[in-house]
Amino acid sequence: MIRRKVVLHFPREKVDKPIVSKLVRDYNLDFNILKASITPKEEGLLVMEITGEDEDYRRGVDYLEACGVEVQPLSQDVARNDERCTHCGACLAVCPTRALYLDGESMEVVFDREECVACELCVKVCPPRAMEIKY
Amino acid sequence: MGKTIREINERIRSGKAVVVTAEEIIDIVREKGARKAAREVDVITTGTFGPMCSSGALINLGHPKPRMKIQRAWLNDVPAYCGIAAVDIYLGATEMAEHDPLNEVYPGEFRYGGAHVIEDLVAGRKVRLRAEAYGTDCYPLKRWETELTLQDLPDARLFNPRNAYQNYNVAVNLSDRVIYTYMGVLRPNLGNANYCSAGQLSPLLNDPLFRTIGVGTRIFLGGGIGYVVDRGTQHQPEVPRTPRGHPRRPSGTLAVMGDLKGMSPRYLAGYSILGYGATLAVGIGIPIPVLDEEVVESASVSDEELYAPVVDYSVDYPQGTGRVLGEVSYAQLRSGEVEILGRRVPTASLSSYARAREIANVLKEWIRSGRFLLTEPVELLPCPDRERKGGEGN
Repeated sequence: MIRRKVVLHFPREKVDKPIVSKLVRDYNLDFNILKASITPKEEGLLVMEITGEDEDYRRGVDYLEACGVEVQPLSQDVARNDERCTHCGACLAVCPTRALYLDGESMEVVFDREECVACELCVKVCPPRAMEIKY
Repeated sequence: MGKTIREINERIRSGKAVVVTAEEIIDIVREKGARKAAREVDVITTGTFGPMCSSGALINLGHPKPRMKIQRAWLNDVPAYCGIAAVDIYLGATEMAEHDPLNEVYPGEFRYGGAHVIEDLVAGRKVRLRAEAYGTDCYPLKRWETELTLQDLPDARLFNPRNAYQNYNVAVNLSDRVIYTYMGVLRPNLGNANYCSAGQLSPLLNDPLFRTIGVGTRIFLGGGIGYVVDRGTQHQPEVPRTPRGHPRRPSGTLAVMGDLKGMSPRYLAGYSILGYGATLAVGIGIPIPVLDEEVVESASVSDEELYAPVVDYSVDYPQGTGRVLGEVSYAQLRSGEVEILGRRVPTASLSSYARAREIANVLKEWIRSGRFLLTEPVELLPCPDRERKGGEGN
């Protein structure tokens, strides 16, 4: 069993075609969409968590890539600039997954990238602008 | 038997002073009692690091040739106040760069303002100056553009009219839409509660009646040396207090000043508050001389005994109704969840407790090593509760 958060980049010409639904039908995979957007240049971006058997996951990703979809592990998406973070904790008010939490001992804000779903709510809320988007 | 500041300074000079932070004194008093602690400890250091909007830089640019009486000036496109002498300007922390979209696209990002210019200067980065004037016989130059760094400036002082608020509101949102405030993003229907104080480490909460902190007190300011120059604006000592004298509402404030040269971007950071504006996060640390048992008693206060008022920022704060929804302790706030109107509400802070602790420790080391001596306040800050006590012969 495997559970991965990935970012899918859809090229412009694929935006209007059903692609991910096949992951369920033909590849036995479950997915939970965390974020979806289409940019002004009409490229699609989908952030989702995929769950399924290892072999199904590999085949599913091969299928997506064969369709021209770029598949990227999610952990690359939001990063913290540790130089700028002042550990105030303003981000805790918006982080939906507790990927950002306060360590009770050091009273510092910890960023657990494993829990981050790249909703990016923290990016603009961070007063010193320490949270950065990396695609 | 009390100690004087002069005696404490002697001990600092000879390397014998016992210095502890406002966190450490809590356990010392719990273990040994206030009387013994007052004998053993000489100085208690405090710290705070949070957004303080009423901040800015008083700068003398030095004269170009020919000389100039500046009428309008911008640093990195952020306008500065020029209605003082020829090349003196005041750059306010919350002033936004010209052509910033502000809240036109709501909520605005407020990426670059006066606070960010101050951070750039302190970090040693180059800043672009643009100035205009109408020209006079004695000051003929009408336009001036140049790049400068902090070291090029004859004078650059941080001058903050209101800092280090003694206690502050806990902000919540009772409405059904997200609001963007100077206390951060507040989610609807009590979605979160935001607070902004270092609580048990905060300078003025450790000297609740201003018995030691006054005009002329030397302090840690932005990583360098500064001074308390007066009470801050909105200084309001007449508020409800706990039995031990700690204010239950936003109360005293300080006006502080210090040389920007010698400060550090670690303790002076430009902040962008979504939908609200730019502001400066200021690090302040104030030493409390242990004059007597009462000083130690007040400074040994812990987050369990400090209370902040909960205020609705959707209607009550903007409309100035004065309504307070309740009180919560800083211990509860720091636990990550508080109970408000029967609901469990997650908390978030705008003030960095980690950096407040760091500042208290840096100041402790400065004093221990003998490079920072305490000053006698020239005048104490207004506080009727202290003055009444003094009148009773305490």
